[in-house]
Amino acid sequence: MDREIMDREIIISAIKEVAAPYTQDKEALDQLGEHTSFITDLKINSANLVDIVLDLEEKFGIEIDNDSMSKMLDVKSTLDVIEGKLTEK
Amino acid sequence: MTKRVVITGLGVVSPNGADITQFRYALKNGVSGIQHDPQLEQLLFSCQIAGKPVIDTARISQYFTELEIRNLESTGIVYGVIAGLDAWKDAGLQPAPDETPDWESGTVFGTGTSGIDKFRGAIYKLDNLQIRKLGSSIVAQTMASGVSALLAGKLGLGNQVTTNSSACATGTESILMAYERIKSGQATIMLAGSTSDSGPYIWAGFDAMKVCTYKHNTDPEKGSRPMSATASGFVPGSGAGALVLESLESALARGAKIYAEILGGHLNSGGQRGEGTMTAPNPLAVQRCLSMAFRNAGIQASEVEVINGHLTATVKDTLEIQNWVTALGRSGKDFPYINSVKGMIGHCISAAGSIECVAAVLQLYEGFIFPNINCEDLHPAIETLIDPERIPRVCLQKDFNILVKASFGFGDVNACLVLKKYNHG
Repeated sequence: MDREIMDREIIISAIKEVAAPYTQDKEALDQLGEHTSFITDLKINSANLVDIVLDLEEKFGIEIDNDSMSKMLDVKSTLDVIEGKLTEK
Repeated sequence: MTKRVVITGLGVVSPNGADITQFRYALKNGVSGIQHDPQLEQLLFSCQIAGKPVIDTARISQYFTELEIRNLESTGIVYGVIAGLDAWKDAGLQPAPDETPDWESGTVFGTGTSGIDKFRGAIYKLDNLQIRKLGSSIVAQTMASGVSALLAGKLGLGNQVTTNSSACATGTESILMAYERIKSGQATIMLAGSTSDSGPYIWAGFDAMKVCTYKHNTDPEKGSRPMSATASGFVPGSGAGALVLESLESALARGAKIYAEILGGHLNSGGQRGEGTMTAPNPLAVQRCLSMAFRNAGIQASEVEVINGHLTATVKDTLEIQNWVTALGRSGKDFPYINSVKGMIGHCISAAGSIECVAAVLQLYEGFIFPNINCEDLHPAIETLIDPERIPRVCLQKDFNILVKASFGFGDVNACLVLKKYNHG
């Protein structure tokens, strides 16, 4: 397993952990993958998306700007934003 | 089409009892919920005692989801939701099913200031240019209707969902507003009640006005002394009270327990005219509120057996008694029994009316009159108006039929409610 895939898996599991308290749908959470949408699949209240971003910022020690934030509707785009910010560090 | 309205559920989070069982015991036994408050002492309050409900985290987790508990800093919302859900359960009601709201049920759940600790934290973040760190829970926890909105969501209420605010009259007003909605046929069941935050940011203003006692910091339980010669100001409190109001026909159809019937009441204001000001009641308005309530309820002043007064333990207690004497046209031995919960729990501000209404309903339903504690030295001016025997100092076991409850608030606003024992069959 190369380093890149390893990192993505770590980030995905971190996203899963952060999203957990915001979803009541534990089954969808268990099946969380790159194409999972926070709102339609995990049934997370859209107001809580902002809390998820704040939790991720804290977890990775990054700051996510408004433009990036508005893209973070599913796991894939969230992953991309986090990777981008980690590379900038 | 006017409906008869009855009370079928009760819930309470009071400084001397955080559920109905504890509260009933405390009322009957004159148990004080007033304690020394180290935080008030640290902040150099003149009054360093207060009445705060005791609720542990295990209990909170029965009423709120894990997510709601995260960053939950609005004590008023905690008290209100617990009291409201307890009342709903006590009435034998369930939350609406997942897909459809209960169109026939609503809530009027009042408050003064909501989530003031949460608001304070938000202001600090904002002033430090950290607006984006506020998260999503600020609005729901600081809007006045945060408590009614949460209750509506948990119960699936589909009728009117609102929050009233009329200072210390809030709780009694919420019941009358809910009553009117059922009486006029616009709703079948209404959850009525009110709540008040705990803590220095709620109570500081009253301390600064010097309306709270500063003479009992070392003997907290003696601090709240309604109708006493040595009453020296009120003791701040907090909590929530909740009542399920329901049309009589709905209650009978469900076979629900009926605690009491609401015969009527009245709301008014002295308009801060005459002797009325922002902080002092216009006596004519108070007397008119009481008289109009009797008339609205269809009772004679002579029928009133028990009064649950506002009686805060300030210099205004004598004026309140004078107003009752005038409005009822009764004095001396002919005056009804009168008592004040504030001797045990202090003045729970916007929650006062609803907590005290819960106490009033329990007395009527179970046939007792709770004791006035800390009133062993009755104020001499009160003694010239009514016979001391009418102010019980021990709990009386007594069946009675008509109880009148009144609350008076800042802004010169008044609320009066007339309750009758419901005789089954």
